[in-house]
Formats: sequence, structure tokens, C-alpha cells
Amino acid sequence: MSTQNPATDPLDKGAAAHEHIDPVNPAAAHDAIPAVDPRLLVREEGLAGYVGEFKRKMKAGDLGSLPVVIGLIVIWSIFQGLNSNFLSPENLSNIAITMTGTGMIAIGIIFVLLLGEIDLSVGSVSGVSGAIVAVLAVTHGVNEWLAILAAIVGGALIGSIHGFFFAKVGAPAFAVTLSGLLFWLGAMLQILGSNGTINIDSDGVVGQLTTYFFSDVAVAYGLAALAVAGYFLAAFLDARRREAAGMPSRPLAEILLRTGLLALCTFGPAVLFNQYKGLPLAVVLFLLALVVTDFLLRRTTFGRNVFALGGSVEASRRAGINVTRIRITVFAISSTFAAIGGLFWASKIAAANQSAGAGDLLMNVIAAAVIGGTSLFGGRGRTWNALLGVMVIVSIQYGLALEGIATPIQYMITGAVLLATVVIDSVTRKTQKTAGRA
Amino acid sequence: MVHVSAAPVLALRGVSKRFGAVQALTDVELEIHSGEVVALVGDNGAGKSTLVKTIAGVHPIDEGVIEWEGRPVSIGKPHDAQNLGIATVYQDLALCDNIDVVGNLFLGRELKKFGVLDEVEMERRARELLTTLSIRIPSVRIPIASLSGGQRQTVAIARSMLGEPQLVILDEPTAALGVEQTAQVLDLVERLRERGHAVILISHNMADVKAVADKVAVLRLGRNNGVFNVADTSQEEIISAITGATDNAVTRRAARTSEAGK
Repeated sequence: MSTQNPATDPLDKGAAAHEHIDPVNPAAAHDAIPAVDPRLLVREEGLAGYVGEFKRKMKAGDLGSLPVVIGLIVIWSIFQGLNSNFLSPENLSNIAITMTGTGMIAIGIIFVLLLGEIDLSVGSVSGVSGAIVAVLAVTHGVNEWLAILAAIVGGALIGSIHGFFFAKVGAPAFAVTLSGLLFWLGAMLQILGSNGTINIDSDGVVGQLTTYFFSDVAVAYGLAALAVAGYFLAAFLDARRREAAGMPSRPLAEILLRTGLLALCTFGPAVLFNQYKGLPLAVVLFLLALVVTDFLLRRTTFGRNVFALGGSVEASRRAGINVTRIRITVFAISSTFAAIGGLFWASKIAAANQSAGAGDLLMNVIAAAVIGGTSLFGGRGRTWNALLGVMVIVSIQYGLALEGIATPIQYMITGAVLLATVVIDSVTRKTQKTAGRA
Repeated sequence: MVHVSAAPVLALRGVSKRFGAVQALTDVELEIHSGEVVALVGDNGAGKSTLVKTIAGVHPIDEGVIEWEGRPVSIGKPHDAQNLGIATVYQDLALCDNIDVVGNLFLGRELKKFGVLDEVEMERRARELLTTLSIRIPSVRIPIASLSGGQRQTVAIARSMLGEPQLVILDEPTAALGVEQTAQVLDLVERLRERGHAVILISHNMADVKAVADKVAVLRLGRNNGVFNVADTSQEEIISAITGATDNAVTRRAARTSEAGK
């Protein structure tokens, strides 16, 4: 191997990353391959390096969140053009609060999508959760915290049952959760009983989930500052540790740039919320759920195993991963978040009623996950995708409602957006395959 | 086959395996020592893959004894084999396309610090391992999907080395690889031998076998059909044992060794 000319090494054609190896001195670059990450060679060149890296990613079909961000800007511009109230602090605050119900459920379904499976029961499960809380707390006068606990544990149990039939019995997830969709819808109607609608105490715990605002402006700014400082510290310490271990690390300039972007994305909304009633509690809880689940997926063995299963079940099994356990856990997580989302919905309409979890909720949840960039093919996505995706969905709903456009048109537009996203997902996947395996 | 020195790392004695009405393996014998590359050859359906799977714990054996370093052991599931120190690299690579090289190397045995993945330490060890094995890939942080077939195969083999196994089983590691990639994998096999690992190499390619193997064990229709020393056996002899052109390869070989002894 050592005798051959490195410049003609056929392996060099294999990987796209090789493009960045110094063309003037291929031999030196070649020798350095085991030690140096070629992608970092680019980044060290400063701004030009970033542009090059960005172009390479675009070519390779690694679009990341770019299509959603562009889509969101387009959607917001159109609706703002049609109605100048669209980007008002009040409307955006309402959008943010409405997002949380669908968003929480979307977090759960992203776990399932990462496995390359689907959970069709989340809408019905969210309805069951709302019904449990209403019946226990309102009808039977149980402590509201206990009722909430019961609803969430109930969600986890429901998911474990789905997981059992999928992972242990081997039934397709599609069929199991389709049965779940009908079964839990029936269960919800049964729990609600004959009167159909149970109103929730709007000053209670559940009632305040979506109506409480931190009116003190310091809360929003404080949390934003905390998030920015926390991110910077984590990134900085990680870079220091990698440097100490003699490995390529992010240059300080890049960390600062990323921190600056994050500051923009946190302080911007903070200013906005403070112009209306303050930071909504629901948004804080949603962001907390995103941070925790993102950590779970990317920094723990469990998360790594979820991604592995989405990549190749057989490879995971051979690597000694307990496939059944991971699958059951993932379905339990999905239904647990569906239950939590159900509480947010119940809070939003201040009641548990027979139409909870029905209609377009399931479609919106799946659309939010996919629009955000989670692949339907499994193994690709992050829970943060739920935030961007649900922002698009709810923005469209609110924008159309402001224009007085009827539900049928809303459905059609949301459907078209979902199709467009799936097309982007499929096309980028194809591009990635050709670029990645050139 | 008399090795007076150390006991073989792995020895199969009269191993049989049935699937329903099919007798996949009948009374198979096999011995592998440390620092030895044994090629397992045979026609399609000869039982090579089944034999490897019995050693790897995928299919438990029906009859016979598996000896590990001289004492009988039972290998009922893949974990048993891994605990003994047997690493298997399957024909279909068993890597996750969507996970990067470091993630794949440590899949199923992630390093943790306070319950959190220790990415820095994993990356450091991954680099160290790849450097030791002289494996060249563009970056340890790119997804497996971006690597060529040969690079993937070397990553898969490197992965098997993480647990410091005593026996490495390679199931057709050079099938579907180009000339250069094959050379890379064969180099790697030799490095495994130099480091004192025992290697079982399944291959259809006689050139590969002649290049790196010390011994060749031939299977035919689920039975032993001779064990040859690569150094003093011609390719034709091995092929005739594989195809069954020699009715009794064992006696033929015995005759040959007694000739050599004279």
C-alpha cells in the first residue's frame, strides 16, 4: 500500500470530503489523513471556508433545516403582506402557545420516526390523557397533580402495549397503532361518559398550563441569557477538552458565531413575548422538553441505540443492542408525549371533549416532524425539528384563519405543504446517496 | 494436526447442526491456534456460513463439543461468543449507514462518563485504533454511507478489534471489493495475525486464500473434506477437494504427509 502513488489512490475517489485536501501537496495531505479531519481544514480558512463547506453540503443534499427556515420566512412574509397583524406580538404569542400542544406530541413521534416506524395512535392517546385528567380531577375531585400523573403514566402504559405488540409479537407498527387509533378513541369516549364534555377549572394546574404568563420581563431575558451562556460554556469546554486530547476542535471564532446566532434566536422571541403578556409557561415547558429529549437522543447510549435501529436493525442486533427493549421504550415515549400534549390541548380549550385528538391533529403532528427535517426513512432527525415544523404548521393555520379562509382550504394547503416536504426529504435523500457514495 | 504446544484457541469436535430436514453440518472438526489464519472454503451450501454462525452463537450446535482454550464451552447466543473473545465480521457488513465511524466502532459498547456518551474519548480511541491498523479513511466523523466498500469493510474489521478478541471470524471480507480494497483488507488480515489473533477467513477466492492463510479447511456438503497447509498445497488440490473431485481428500493428504516425512 505504501508503495503506490497517493495521488492515484482509488480510495480517494470514494469520499466527497477528499475534495478539500490540499491539491498542491497531495502527498502531505494523504499522510495526514488518519490524524486530521479534512472538513476542519476548510473551516480554518475563515469565512471562505464556511462558504465552501456550505456549498459542499448543499451539493451533497445535506440541507439540514435550511428549507424549513426559508419556508417559514416565505410564509410569514406572505401573511404579513396580507394582514399587518400577523407578525404582531399578540398573534405570535398565540401561535407560540398553540404550537406547544402539537409540538409536544411531535417530539414523541420523532422518536418513532427515527426508528423508521410510525405511530398513528398519538391523537387518540392525547384525547385519553385529557379525559383521564378531567374525569379524575373534575368529576371525582382527585388532586390535580395526581390526575396529571395518572394521565402521563397512562400514556406510558399505552405506549408500552403498542411497543409490546410491535417489538415482541412482531406485528407491523402501522397496524398496531392504527388499531390503537380506534381503540383509544373508544376508550376516551367511554371515560368521558354520556355527558361528553367536561370543563376544566381554568385556574387549576392544567388550566394554567397554557394561560400562565411570566409577566416579569426579567424571566424571559434571564432564561435567554442562561441558554446562551450555557451553550457557550458547553461548547467552549468541549473544544478545550478536545484540544487537550490532541483532536481537531471548533475554533473559538466558530463557537462565538454560533453563540451569537443562538442569542439572536433566544433574545428575539424574548423581546417579542415581553411586548405582549410575557413569557408563556407552555413555551418554557415545550423548550425544556426539547432540550431534555435532544440530550437524550444525542448524548446517551439510549439515543445512540435509537439512531442505530433507524440505520440498520440487523447491525444493531449484532452489536448486542437489546432491540426489543429500545423499541418498547420508544413507543412508550411516543405515547407519553402524546399524553402530555393532550394536557396542553385540554388546557387550551379548557375542557376535555369528544372531539379531542381527532380531526387533523395526527396529520399535523406527523407533518410537523417531517417538515422540521425528520426523515420518514428513519435514522435521521432531531427533536428540535418539532419546533420548526410545528411553527410552520401553526403559522399557516393562524395566517389562514386571520384571512377568514375556511377549514377545507386550510386542510388542502397543509396537505400540499406536507407533500412538498416529503418530496424534499425523498429528493435530498437520493442526492445524499449519490453524493455520499460517489 | 498434532500441536504439542499450546491448546488451540478454538476447537470444534464432531459438531453437527440440523435445520428441519436439512443436515447442515455433520461431525465437523476444526482447530485454530493463536497467530494463525485458517481459511474456510467450500462450495455454496457447503456449510461455511452455518459453521461460522455456530461459533458466533447465532445458531447453537445440536451435537458435538466446542472447546475454547482446551476446555469445553457452550455458545448459545452471540453474547456468549463475544464474552469468550470471538469477534465476527459478517458478509453483509452490519454497520449503520447513518452513524459516523466513531459511533459505529463503539456501537453496543459506548464509552460513558457520568452516564453521558464520552465522545472525546471514543474519538481518541477510534483514531488510535485506526492508526494502529493503518486504516485510512477521510474522517472519523463522517457517516458510514460516505465511505467506499473497502473502507467500510476495514471499519467493520476494526470494530471487531475493539474488544481485543482472541479469535476474529471474517465472512467473505473481500467479496464485492475492488483490487485495491481487497489488498487493503488482506493487509489488515496479516496485521491481525502479527498481533497474535487467530483468524478464520471464509473466502471463495483462492488467490486471497493462498495469499494470507496458513491452513485451509475444506467443507463439502456439511462435512470436513480435508485440512491443508497452504504452503505445500497447490490450488488445484484445494479446488478438487471443494468440488469433490477427490473422493477422499483426507487419505490423499495423509499419503502426502507421510511422503514428506520420509
